[in-house]
Amino acid sequence: MTPLAQLLEAALFSASRPLTAEELCTLEPDATLADVRVALEQIREHYDFEQHGVELAELGGGYQILTRPVHAAAIERAQFSVRTPKLTAAALETLAVIAYRQPVGRAEIEEIRGVSAGGVLRTLQERSLIEVVGRSEALGRPLLYGTTPMFLEMLGLRDLSDLPRAEELTIALRPHRAVAEGGDDAAAYVEAES
Amino acid sequence: MTAIEAPTTALGAAPAFVVELDSFSGPLDLLLHLLREEQIEIADIPIARIADQFLRAIHDLGLNQAADYLDMASRLVRLKAQMLLPRHADEEGWEDPRAELVRRLLEYQQIREIALWFGRSAERRAERLARGYLPPPPEVPPPPLTLDILELLQAVERVVAAIPTPVLHKVVARPLDVEGAIQRIEQLLAERGEIAWRDALGPVPTIVEVLSTLLALLELAKRGTLRLNQPAPFSPMVIARDASRSAA
Repeated sequence: MTPLAQLLEAALFSASRPLTAEELCTLEPDATLADVRVALEQIREHYDFEQHGVELAELGGGYQILTRPVHAAAIERAQFSVRTPKLTAAALETLAVIAYRQPVGRAEIEEIRGVSAGGVLRTLQERSLIEVVGRSEALGRPLLYGTTPMFLEMLGLRDLSDLPRAEELTIALRPHRAVAEGGDDAAAYVEAES
Repeated sequence: MTAIEAPTTALGAAPAFVVELDSFSGPLDLLLHLLREEQIEIADIPIARIADQFLRAIHDLGLNQAADYLDMASRLVRLKAQMLLPRHADEEGWEDPRAELVRRLLEYQQIREIALWFGRSAERRAERLARGYLPPPPEVPPPPLTLDILELLQAVERVVAAIPTPVLHKVVARPLDVEGAIQRIEQLLAERGEIAWRDALGPVPTIVEVLSTLLALLELAKRGTLRLNQPAPFSPMVIARDASRSAA
């Protein structure tokens, strides 16, 4: 590995969160962003080729050294590391609404889920998965929520474009022509065949 | 309650149906569950039947927890009523009252699917451990309690010893002796035309005596037996016989 790759590897090893390419670039004044990307690729190939127990993952907008899934069970059995508690169905649904509709207010989240959202929003904020990103212009200027880099990190996503697109979902909303009475646009959505 | 109990009887022979509401993340979730059970298309919901089933399902729930469910229940009942309104087949501009519900259900179903995807992704991500991550300490169950009777008795003694001895306050009634003070003051005023506050109090006054004397003075001043006079602010009070009265 090149000296730059070694430096980046050391930085990634020491960090407790994903580091962006721009952050890594500040380590070496002479290195360009392109140099950093080449070096990162070198690290990744090295880990893969030499069959290391860790891999270079790209998530949460940055890069992080993570253990390979195959070792998870053994490490957890030995209690060197413990999984963070799973999110409840309510929390995941709320996250789903926020991820796709952000910036979104509490009223809209509650309207879509049909339940009050106060407690869940607090939990998600405490876990830094969502944050207040602004205020709506609507009456009362309600808070608007959006997802955080921690959210991407938790799901192992590089960025929001990694989220499944509507048409990839089996029940994607699609207008359908031959629908019963009325033919009004809302009723004209039916379950798309998967 | 009657409105909620009614469907149970109306449904009559329908199979018993037990729903654990904690396992639903909301009224829309419960509604989707009912539709799946009955294998009903979302686009064509038999509102009357589903409304009754919905009410039955939330029947056993404590109402305070069920506000969101009751909100949905009331919408369903209203829809049920709207569907009963007569309409002509060729009537234009007729809007299916269910359209809004259908839209919400489809939207929610999509959110549900995304939530499942999120759950699976988080699961996969959790299998890759990061460095620098400090896991929360595992919960250690408290060790089983091993005690013999002697230790237990000693513990009881320590607890008993730590209890402070109760302080009993003896409450004695100390009524103000206003009458006595009045007599004393009248006597003093009979001897001397003018006395000071100190004279009225006596040599070693108790707090009760001070209060009695003050009340006695005020009472006598009200009756007009004497005049209370303070020549300057904070100067000693001068107590004098009311000359005009005694003259009269």
